[in-house]
Amino acid sequence: MFTIIIAIILPFLAAVLIPFFYKRLSRLHIGWFVLAVPVTMFIILARLLPAIARGDTFLKTINWIPSYDINLSLYLDGLSMIFGLLITGVGSLVILYSIYYLSARESLHHFYIYLLLFMGAMLGVVLSDNILVLYVFWELTSISSFLLIAFWFHRKGSRYGAQKSLLITVSGGVAMLAGFIMVYLMTDTYSIREIASSMSHYMNDPLFLPAMLLVLLGAFTKSAQFPFHIWLPDAMEAPTPVSAYLHSATMVKAGIYLVARLTPVFGGDQVWFWAVSGVGIFTLFWGSFTAVRQVDLKALLAYSTISQLGLIMSLFGIGSVALHFGYGPQSIIYTQATFAALFHLVNHSTFKGALFMVVGIIDHEVGTRDIRRLGGLMALMPITFTIAVIGSFSMAGLPPFNGFLSKELFFTAVLNVKQLDVFSLETWGLMFPIIAWTASVLTFVYCMIIVFQTFFGRYQPEKLEHKGHEAPWGMLISPIILAVFVIGIFFFPNILGSSLLKPAMASIFPGFAEPGELTPHIAAWHGFNPELLMTMGVVVVGGLLYKFLRYWKPVYWLFPTEWRLNALYDFTLGQAERRSSAITKFYMTGYLRDYALYIYIFFFLAVGGGLFLTGAFSFDMSGNAPIRVYEWILVLVMMTAGIAILFVKSRLTATLLNGVLGYSIAIFFVLFRAPDLALTQLVVETVTTALFLLCFHFLPEWKKEEFRPRSKLVNVFISITTGTIVTLIALSVQSNKLFETISIYFQNAYELAGGKNIVNAILGDFRAFDTMLEVVVLFIAGIGVFTLIKLKSGREEQDIEGK
Amino acid sequence: METLITVLIGVLVTVATYLILSRNLIRVILGTSLLSHAVHLLLMTMGGLKNGNAPLLGEKGDIYVDALPQALILTAIVISFAVTAFFLVLVYRSYQESRTEDLDVIRGLDDE
Repeated sequence: MFTIIIAIILPFLAAVLIPFFYKRLSRLHIGWFVLAVPVTMFIILARLLPAIARGDTFLKTINWIPSYDINLSLYLDGLSMIFGLLITGVGSLVILYSIYYLSARESLHHFYIYLLLFMGAMLGVVLSDNILVLYVFWELTSISSFLLIAFWFHRKGSRYGAQKSLLITVSGGVAMLAGFIMVYLMTDTYSIREIASSMSHYMNDPLFLPAMLLVLLGAFTKSAQFPFHIWLPDAMEAPTPVSAYLHSATMVKAGIYLVARLTPVFGGDQVWFWAVSGVGIFTLFWGSFTAVRQVDLKALLAYSTISQLGLIMSLFGIGSVALHFGYGPQSIIYTQATFAALFHLVNHSTFKGALFMVVGIIDHEVGTRDIRRLGGLMALMPITFTIAVIGSFSMAGLPPFNGFLSKELFFTAVLNVKQLDVFSLETWGLMFPIIAWTASVLTFVYCMIIVFQTFFGRYQPEKLEHKGHEAPWGMLISPIILAVFVIGIFFFPNILGSSLLKPAMASIFPGFAEPGELTPHIAAWHGFNPELLMTMGVVVVGGLLYKFLRYWKPVYWLFPTEWRLNALYDFTLGQAERRSSAITKFYMTGYLRDYALYIYIFFFLAVGGGLFLTGAFSFDMSGNAPIRVYEWILVLVMMTAGIAILFVKSRLTATLLNGVLGYSIAIFFVLFRAPDLALTQLVVETVTTALFLLCFHFLPEWKKEEFRPRSKLVNVFISITTGTIVTLIALSVQSNKLFETISIYFQNAYELAGGKNIVNAILGDFRAFDTMLEVVVLFIAGIGVFTLIKLKSGREEQDIEGK
Repeated sequence: METLITVLIGVLVTVATYLILSRNLIRVILGTSLLSHAVHLLLMTMGGLKNGNAPLLGEKGDIYVDALPQALILTAIVISFAVTAFFLVLVYRSYQESRTEDLDVIRGLDDE
């Protein structure tokens, strides 16, 4: 089991080492070194295959944050095994292909670092048993995918596509994280196995439904389900090996994996069924419908991927019904849908990977992917053509290719839905076979477009950048291997079924007694039944539709461009930007007065309002000291001086009035028996007034304040309110004496500090730390003043620049 | 006594707030200066204005006024003086550079 840890660390380790090798091995294509990584991992996983097929599972935990129960728990069972083999197997083929696809002039080390990062992250997603660790790897796939899509970062389209995919998948990922945390709150564990075994107790928990929907949001965004599919076609700006690997075989199946993995957790619930299969079946239809209109081969394949992912998703939804019934002969037929999903998952990875590689070859050899410019390439590229036929016909669901088998199983599953009488399927169940069949017809149509409009018809060399010729063998090896699998799985489906899919069924339906019973025997020929008739119908109607494509294609123009989801996405993003900048512009005015107003208004609401609401205002004047005459006079003088400042015309008078206030306070200090304070206040006030006067020498005379009457009114209102609130708070505080002062202690100044002046003892002894820092403040202010006056380099530099 | 001084503090805060909301930099600084006066008075008042001896040991009688607020105010006076002095020089320099003391004129640019 230790080997699995190596398998998951290996890609990250290799990614770190690549830059070193890239510098040293400048002559050898770095891809050859990278190729060893997925091959090793594939071998490691494949060696565990017999044990998995026997029904064993492996669990290995490495402590990460044990105190929070977050540990790197690697769990390998049938379901993880399928994905593990796909990731490493298709990964190896894609790297082999990329060695020939990317020239040495590209920044290859970046490419392979991102790719290995992705590979490790993807393995982490499928092997993690801890949902939070799964989330970490999940986001790592989003980030590495973002880097890969924008590999040619000098293109605008690449950057747009990368940004879009990151925004959508990360939004979903964050929703998923919220869902995971809710699951944790319900079940008190992060382990998927433990969650699955205990979730049945929490079906009625208020968090059950939100958790499910949020997790599904993550799965749908990642797996490009409607309406979050829009990032996938734009991600086609990535190099073709990336599209083949990430956007057909692995990353887009992370959401599928999550749905499959969490089927034992949420499955059997009505909302889960409708969300998964409903969204899936609509995505299937929408993807195939939109694929037909595409003129770019990669975009066509992107929409076909969306459509096929919808197919797999809907099958998982239908299969989850079996959990509603529990184990029994009645539910066995619904588990077949899950089996079909797993089977098609493998099949799709084989033929879609091959098709992407074929498109890459065409792009590489003739310089375009536009089907309007392509045609007649069959004679020039016979091998590519053969692979394209195998892949497309498999996707269309024709024998003798594996797509036929999975499509038959799919039809069986949707036909079985009709017989269900739960979840109001008795009314809506018929919808499934109808949509499925229509989508299959459209799938057939676009598969024919791929084959016939690319390889048949008129060869137009004048529209192509290069004269077409067959690709180098190195580029053909990977698609050939995938094509061999496409045919091989058709002839020997049960090897795959019993070795890989059976243990995976056991992990999706853990409570079901015997996984052998859940695994049907797949036969290419299964007699004349409705499924076969449906396939025949697909071929006949699809053939006719393809034949008369140009007569009905205008139907696509009925759908206005402004209504497309892409337009909605761009509109939303643009509006979000414009609105937020408008809001910021509205309140960030740049005027100091406005910001001061915000602060004051907040102060009213938070302090004044808060105290008012809690009823904290209370007034008790009984403890007041008596007022003497000269205090009355002093108060009147200060009030007059203070208010007069507002009305004086000259700044000199204002400053002098400020001085009056300062000296009055000094007198107050005298009256209140604070000799040190009075002394300091007198000196400081004198110096301050002198400073003000000094400044005036360099400043212009006051102009009259030009405020609009309304602003002036606001100022008056704000000022009076502030003053009132401060007064009220001060009065309320004075009315609530809580405990006696601690100053009695400082009266021991002579015994403790050896000083008779208590205030000075406090400043210099009891609380000398304050005094030290106060000195530092004064010191800093002094340095600040000095620097402000002496250093004027900024202006001189500007002058130099000006010249 | 305390109530009267508190009302006085309220008036000073009102005036200070009004000055801080104005457009002229010098008025703003005058406002902060007034605000610190108000705060010092407030500190004094909250400590209680009971009669007693000045906090000098050796005075006759054994009731002293609270010495702790006095120490706090002393610190506050010095700090506010330092800040005011720095502000004033800042205004002086700012006027030298921009030839204005109107806050509406020296506001930030729209793009910032």
